[in-house]
Amino acid sequence: MTDVERPPIRDWETDFDHGHPDYAAAAPEIWDQLRESCPVAHTDRYGGTWLPTRYDDVSAVAHDTDHFSSLGAVVSEWKPDIPPPMGYAPPITSDPPFHAIARRMLLQFFSPKAINAWEKVARETSRELLDEIETSGASEVDAAEQYTQHIPVRIIADMLDLPREDGDKFRVWIHRILEQTSSQPVEWEDTLDYYLQHKIAERRQNLGDDLISYLCQVEIEGVPLLDEHVRGTIALLIIAGIDTTWSAIGASLWHLAQNPDDRRRWVDDPAVQPFAVEEFLRFYAPVTMARLVSEDTEIGGCPVAENDWVLLPFPAANRDPEAFEQADEFVIDRARNRHSAFGLGIHRCVGSNLARMELTVAIEEWMARFPDFELSDPDSVRWSTGQVRGPRTLPVRINKGEAG
Amino acid sequence: MKVKYEREACQGHNRCYMLAPEVFDTDDEGYAILRIDGAIPAELEEKAQLAADNCPEYAIEIVAD
Ligand code: HEM
Ligand code: SF4
Repeated sequence: MTDVERPPIRDWETDFDHGHPDYAAAAPEIWDQLRESCPVAHTDRYGGTWLPTRYDDVSAVAHDTDHFSSLGAVVSEWKPDIPPPMGYAPPITSDPPFHAIARRMLLQFFSPKAINAWEKVARETSRELLDEIETSGASEVDAAEQYTQHIPVRIIADMLDLPREDGDKFRVWIHRILEQTSSQPVEWEDTLDYYLQHKIAERRQNLGDDLISYLCQVEIEGVPLLDEHVRGTIALLIIAGIDTTWSAIGASLWHLAQNPDDRRRWVDDPAVQPFAVEEFLRFYAPVTMARLVSEDTEIGGCPVAENDWVLLPFPAANRDPEAFEQADEFVIDRARNRHSAFGLGIHRCVGSNLARMELTVAIEEWMARFPDFELSDPDSVRWSTGQVRGPRTLPVRINKGEAG
Repeated sequence: MKVKYEREACQGHNRCYMLAPEVFDTDDEGYAILRIDGAIPAELEEKAQLAADNCPEYAIEIVAD
């Protein structure tokens, strides 16, 4: 395990640490407890950080771009040193009004109709991976290692026209950015920024019809995008698109492995599948975002000061009993489900249609091939720390023969 | 019954389009477009309600006409 050691936690109300393995292992229980005991928790860690856990508070912060800036979207020991309006990775690190410009240029590639064209790649990829598992003859597989992590990588690599083989490198870099809350020194040549800088320079010489080439040709008021902008946005698509989707697929399989009734329902009643997918997203929402307080204000009556960090745990909001009936239960056919897994307000996940399609296809294909499976070693499942939560190891035993 | 759709509140989650494509289309950028002008045909009322109940931004309301 490469995660940095974190000091022990005194209590969750005043000393929480989302980078601690104890938080990763039991986050939903911690949110439920905090919502009761201290709905806007605080820690001195990372220079001072708040954690609202009620749906209304999370929603209010996400919609209030006047007091909460996205320049700091990932909590770390250091405040971001890349100036507005872009931040490191536009549009996720941009505030209005620049945010709308940086976001709008991406939308046409991620609309539901544009994403339909990628379904075939998702399905082929899923089937190839399942073929490999099946021909290996093994009855125990690590579904995270051998299945879930590869699906989003292949599609984003194709969209950007980058070699699929570079997927392993992407995962290492993403892990460093999202899951390790303290930074260790690394060689510049071994960074995502360095890699992308070279790819963008190459692409500018030799334009294609991929998304990087498109961004190389976009202009804002007659001025081409800065290299830093192209690089930041591509980095964002890689960072935001891979770990997140992999986590969602993994958590969904983790759930199905332990719930034979839900497995049976998925297979027997295809009409339930779109509702099941949204319920996976609600119940196992993988992404917590962050903001920096840009002006003294309050969250749910609790005063917060300029330059404090605020975590936005959309997964905690999704389990608030004030906002959802039977919030702490997985209801496979939940009909009213305004979950916030993809965020709320102007930063709504640009990739949500892609992610939803990938999750749907990955589960459909897995269930069509292996309708009966279970966790082979429940205690060895490790959940990632930091702002993206999902199982990073998922050993399952595939039961052959009669389904169910 | 009528659909009231508030474009200003819509952030393009596309839940409505997935659940009720007869009632909502989506534009090139993924924002919703209301397809029904006036009263909702009876056979689509349930679907329209489902879309309203799942919009994360509360951009859709089913109101009496
Ligand atoms: C299940 C998978 C995913 C989840 C749960 C997820 C979640 C989120 C959330 C919660 C936000 C809001 C950030 C905020 O409020 O600051 C966001 C933003 C974003 N996501 Fe995703 N995401 C997923 C997959 C993807 C994919 C596949 C892509 C693209 C390849 C992507 C690209 C983006 C981008 C570009 C933004 C920034 C939008 C903006 O700032 O306007 N995401 N995502
Ligand atoms: S579900 Fe709501 S936010 Fe999403 S596209 Fe429809 S109206 Fe817009």
